[in-house]
Amino acid sequence: MDERLSIAGEDLLTIEGLTKAYPGVVANDHVSLSIRPGEVHALLGENGAGKSTLVKMIYGLVKPDAGTMTFKGAPFAPAEPRAARATGVAMVFQHFSLFEALDVAENIALGMENPPKMRDLSARIREVSETYGLPLDPDQLVGDLSAGERQRVEIIRCLLQNPKLLIMDEPTSVLTPQEVAILFQTLEKLRGEGCSILYISHKLEEIRALCDYATVLRLGKKVATCNPRQETARAMAEMMVGGELHVPQKTPRQPQDVALEITALDVAARAAFGTSLKGINLSVQKGEILGIGGVAGNGQDELCSVISGEILSPDAKVKLAGAPIGQLGPNARRALGVLAAPEERLGHAAAPDMSLTENALLSGAVREGLQSHGMIDWGKTREFAKQIIQKFDVRTPSPNTAARALSGGNLQKFVIGREIIQNPTVFVVNQPTWGVDASAAAAIRQALLDLAAAGAAIVVISQDLDELMEISDRFAALNEGRLSAPVEAAGLTVDQIGLMLGGAHDLEPAKVAQL
Amino acid sequence: MDLSAISPTLLVASLMVAATPILLAALGELIVEKSGVLNLGVEGMMITGAICGFAIAVESGSPVLGFAAAAVGGAVLSLIFGLLTQILLSNQVATGLALTLFGLGLSSMLGQGYVGLRPPSVEKLNFGPLGDIPFIGPVLFNHDWMVYVTLLLCVGSWVVLKFTRVGLILRAVGENHDAAHALGYKVVKVRLLAIMFGGACAGLGGAYLSLIRVPQWTEGMTAGAGWIALAIVVFASWRPLRVLLGAYLFGGVTVLQLNLQAAGLAIPVEYLSMSPYLITIAVLVIMSAPRKGGKSRASLAAPACLGRAFHASN
Repeated sequence: MDERLSIAGEDLLTIEGLTKAYPGVVANDHVSLSIRPGEVHALLGENGAGKSTLVKMIYGLVKPDAGTMTFKGAPFAPAEPRAARATGVAMVFQHFSLFEALDVAENIALGMENPPKMRDLSARIREVSETYGLPLDPDQLVGDLSAGERQRVEIIRCLLQNPKLLIMDEPTSVLTPQEVAILFQTLEKLRGEGCSILYISHKLEEIRALCDYATVLRLGKKVATCNPRQETARAMAEMMVGGELHVPQKTPRQPQDVALEITALDVAARAAFGTSLKGINLSVQKGEILGIGGVAGNGQDELCSVISGEILSPDAKVKLAGAPIGQLGPNARRALGVLAAPEERLGHAAAPDMSLTENALLSGAVREGLQSHGMIDWGKTREFAKQIIQKFDVRTPSPNTAARALSGGNLQKFVIGREIIQNPTVFVVNQPTWGVDASAAAAIRQALLDLAAAGAAIVVISQDLDELMEISDRFAALNEGRLSAPVEAAGLTVDQIGLMLGGAHDLEPAKVAQL
Repeated sequence: MDLSAISPTLLVASLMVAATPILLAALGELIVEKSGVLNLGVEGMMITGAICGFAIAVESGSPVLGFAAAAVGGAVLSLIFGLLTQILLSNQVATGLALTLFGLGLSSMLGQGYVGLRPPSVEKLNFGPLGDIPFIGPVLFNHDWMVYVTLLLCVGSWVVLKFTRVGLILRAVGENHDAAHALGYKVVKVRLLAIMFGGACAGLGGAYLSLIRVPQWTEGMTAGAGWIALAIVVFASWRPLRVLLGAYLFGGVTVLQLNLQAAGLAIPVEYLSMSPYLITIAVLVIMSAPRKGGKSRASLAAPACLGRAFHASN
């Protein structure tokens, strides 16, 4: 399968038989791979396939149980990140390793071995960030930066060390499409300078566009290698899953009664950095999926809250099957069948330090009858949680595990499954497959389609246009708090979507997936 | 009532002495909290330092040895807290409270043979002609050496936290221990060192009470000074120079209200006694209130990981 011969002495990094076991699970089982100078090497796998463990071993955060690494021909066994950095390995983390209360320069100094004086460092940050087209102000507090800017801080921190190998763990999952475009330019420039990049992502189209070579992991084992440019996204997804990928199937539908209707609704921005909604008109029929596209931060959170009841509206402006519900709060709406799965998994959709059982109770208490006379029926609640875990294939040791301990994809399956299982009549979901691997994403989309087929009205808010094209009946764009008039999704071309998102400055729509 | 009996010079001079124990304890706790650890055992470490310092000073006749012993005593006691919370991951609040109770009990046991003794006296430093300057001389240049050590420690903490790499790493650990760990910093080690520094400072503060301010040993002589130190750290927004201000304010109002009591002011004694607490808290609350358009959390400078247990996942 490996059409690329590894020539001894030419590879930048060679990994031989790397193994790491945790109690109850072998995270990496005799994994071998080699990375050439100037190569962008993709590491593919489902959530929990062992990608993060592997890169943590290369970065010296985790000590392998067995196996060897060779860096530029010399044995390489970093005992700590410091040693790895000294050798020329730098890493951009999936969850940013930044300090919000410190400024940009201080954050960067913390990731360097021998940082220069603060004044010189600030000057170098300005210089390097200009060179790579990633402008940054060294004196700004990181807490005030956007996700894209925070990632710039991490990248600049790495670049200042002149790395030979840059590890990027899901760098694009929190970025807007414009930010992704900028990132790719930077990575191309780095590749041109001879820096190798080890790239982890769930977005197969990105990998096809960017990477020279890919290693696929499944359940801790290396199962395949390929040249992503010559494979389809679907073929790579199947290598990861180890079987045929289940592609969600849409069934044709007939027009039905309107379930949810919002008319001429204005909502003032709540937070200092929030977006205000202007003149929102929206109606969703029973059994219909309305897809809402647009770059995050254009009113998505607000729209989701308006439907869920977190933001109250004038009574008659939000109607459920013709009855006004604008003044009802989330619990009253839940009782009527209006359920929501917000974007932020930890802290909004789920309480991070509470168990899955407790989190199941928080949303399901009303509809599932998990409480009576103020007393919680724990037996029933546990059953409810187990049902979600089983039906939506949530991989967790037990229902008593804290939500925080689950991987992003598994928690996402849980919070979406928790709502779907309650048989909503109207369901709004914001970024349903954010940071979720291909097969889990397909499962979530299929669950949404099934729910619609059963007669629920669904609003899917997403940045992922491929996803919206795949499951929506109608499509609308949300831009700076304004919602475009919805159009039929079938037959909609990428160019037309681009026009609808017209106001969305320079938004580059993703290529429609070949899944 | 005779207010003319109150001399401003003496008042300012004695407020510096009155504030020193609290300032020491608060500085230590500030460093501990900046590293992300909440140690509520300040009172216990102070009183343990008070008796350790007192006993060694009496036995050896040397106040310097006494202070050294107080620092060691406080640090050892804090190390118990450090091992429990950082290695065994016990709850910081409960462990800190237990440390206070333990320290109070331990000190009264250690101090049984020392009640009623007098410690060796500590000489005031002689600055020569500087001490003869009117007002400034007696106020600034007529104290024992610990007052100056404390002031240096305060400025030193500010410099270290703001300008040095050690300070940056300490703040980073307190701000986001997971990120600090991912970058390869030893979170537990940094925190243990900070905890021991805090213990040593609290011990010095206690010894200042028993060796200079009072000076004798009585059970429970810290009388809540450790709690005031804790409050000052919070209300001073975790800033060393504001801690200095808070401690001096507290010391000043304490001395002033004693003077007013002596002068026979027609306010019930209870109100005067509570005034230092009320005024200190009121002033620091006003100072730390979020300003319009300001960055509220950043200006509060509360370490984001304060009180949270850290456990490396690998």
